[in-house]
Amino acid sequence: MKKEELPQDPSVLDKFTKDLCYVVDESGNYTTGLSRGWEVKAAALDLAWDDIKERIADARQKALKGEISPLLFFMELRLMDMDTLAGYSGFWKWQIKRHMKPGVFKNLSDKKLERYAKVFEVSVDDLKNVRGNEN
Amino acid sequence: MKIDFEHIQSAHCENGVTSNLLKYAGVNNITEPLAFGIGSGLFFIYIPLLKVNNGPAISFRTMPGLIFKRTCNALDIPVVRKTFRSPEKAERFLNECIEAGQPVGCQVGVYYLTYFPKEYRFHFNAHNLVVFGKEEDNYLISDPVMETVTTLTSFELDRVRFAKGVLAPNGQLYYPNAKKEVSEEQIKKAIKSGIKRNVRDMLYIPGPVVGVAGIKYTANKIKKWRDKLGLKQSGTYLAQLVRMQEEIGTGGGGFRFMYGAFLQQAHAYHPNDTLLSVAEDFTKAGDLWRSAAVQAAGIYKGRLGSQEDFNTMGDYLLEIAEIEKKAFKELSNIKW
Repeated sequence: MKKEELPQDPSVLDKFTKDLCYVVDESGNYTTGLSRGWEVKAAALDLAWDDIKERIADARQKALKGEISPLLFFMELRLMDMDTLAGYSGFWKWQIKRHMKPGVFKNLSDKKLERYAKVFEVSVDDLKNVRGNEN
Repeated sequence: MKIDFEHIQSAHCENGVTSNLLKYAGVNNITEPLAFGIGSGLFFIYIPLLKVNNGPAISFRTMPGLIFKRTCNALDIPVVRKTFRSPEKAERFLNECIEAGQPVGCQVGVYYLTYFPKEYRFHFNAHNLVVFGKEEDNYLISDPVMETVTTLTSFELDRVRFAKGVLAPNGQLYYPNAKKEVSEEQIKKAIKSGIKRNVRDMLYIPGPVVGVAGIKYTANKIKKWRDKLGLKQSGTYLAQLVRMQEEIGTGGGGFRFMYGAFLQQAHAYHPNDTLLSVAEDFTKAGDLWRSAAVQAAGIYKGRLGSQEDFNTMGDYLLEIAEIEKKAFKELSNIKW
């Protein structure tokens, strides 16, 4: 990539930093340049977020219908996978899987609910009622 | 307490931490590309079956931690590396280092990294930064991908050092445990062994998913994605590929440009013109990776979508695989 071809498209990095890239000058020697962003990768990142939002909405619907416990919704909301949630909550993965069942979740002790609520940074009440802020 | 530490922005976090810490330790000639090349950072792997963020697990670089380790080893610099069970002990040890005037590399998770844009904050736990001071409750942070130095409160730093999930850092910190100058002869030797190891990693690791073979494997997979996954999911997969390739920290073109820069810098130590011509091959490879990304974007943005378009995408990777294969073959034939 030539230095003058380094893309300078607006991106979410604006106001935070610029992306350092390795580019070649007219004589083919490597140097570095700063890029605001590249539309191609901004679109890739947007797509990843569209997928996430879709999964959050999906989990919310399922939780509200009682098909799955609110845990799935909050996991998606906080971009977590099983390993991450297990790490932060201190529950084993098999326990979390059990807690995904609405019937099991309903009977969880307040102490256990509080552990989850703390990880997701919501109140126990919000946790039970699938109320989470996407920002 | 503030250590007189020079923050130099780099493309990739681990290279940047490595080269900045080594510079502090007295290795004046170290640069990001040299650290990357000596640490044999260039790689490719497509891990089948494993999913990352519901997409394919692809990496363009070697495993986290290896670049620092290999580069220090090659330059014969002892390393301190520690993980902790207890956050209190982790913080105490860090404070002691800073008090003693030692800047420290830390492995951190990105999700709670407050100075990153929200859109970049996933549960990715192999980010690296340098802590080089503390003023009241604020730690002074040199994050190599940032243009300037930043700060984190002790709470914020503790939270990212003890991020949880895959590759959890467990408070890991590391630093070169000696101040010394490195001779030109040592750098020459380190460059040679770095290149040889990279030849091995890209050409001779058995199995179909690693190195040049892995690029071919991915190419052929991509050609089948349209029928196997449907347009929507193949779009997601291709976007993931592009993100791994062009994300902050790659220096563009999936680290290929950075490797080209390394080979040019290596030429100053080993005046062998093969290094320069192979550097051009990597520029070509990097450019092709970027053309492939443009093609992929056409698909995930819905502008393209025929099987022909997927074939073109796959063919880009096949062409890249050939170029990189030839490039590493030429490197392996150098008589040092």
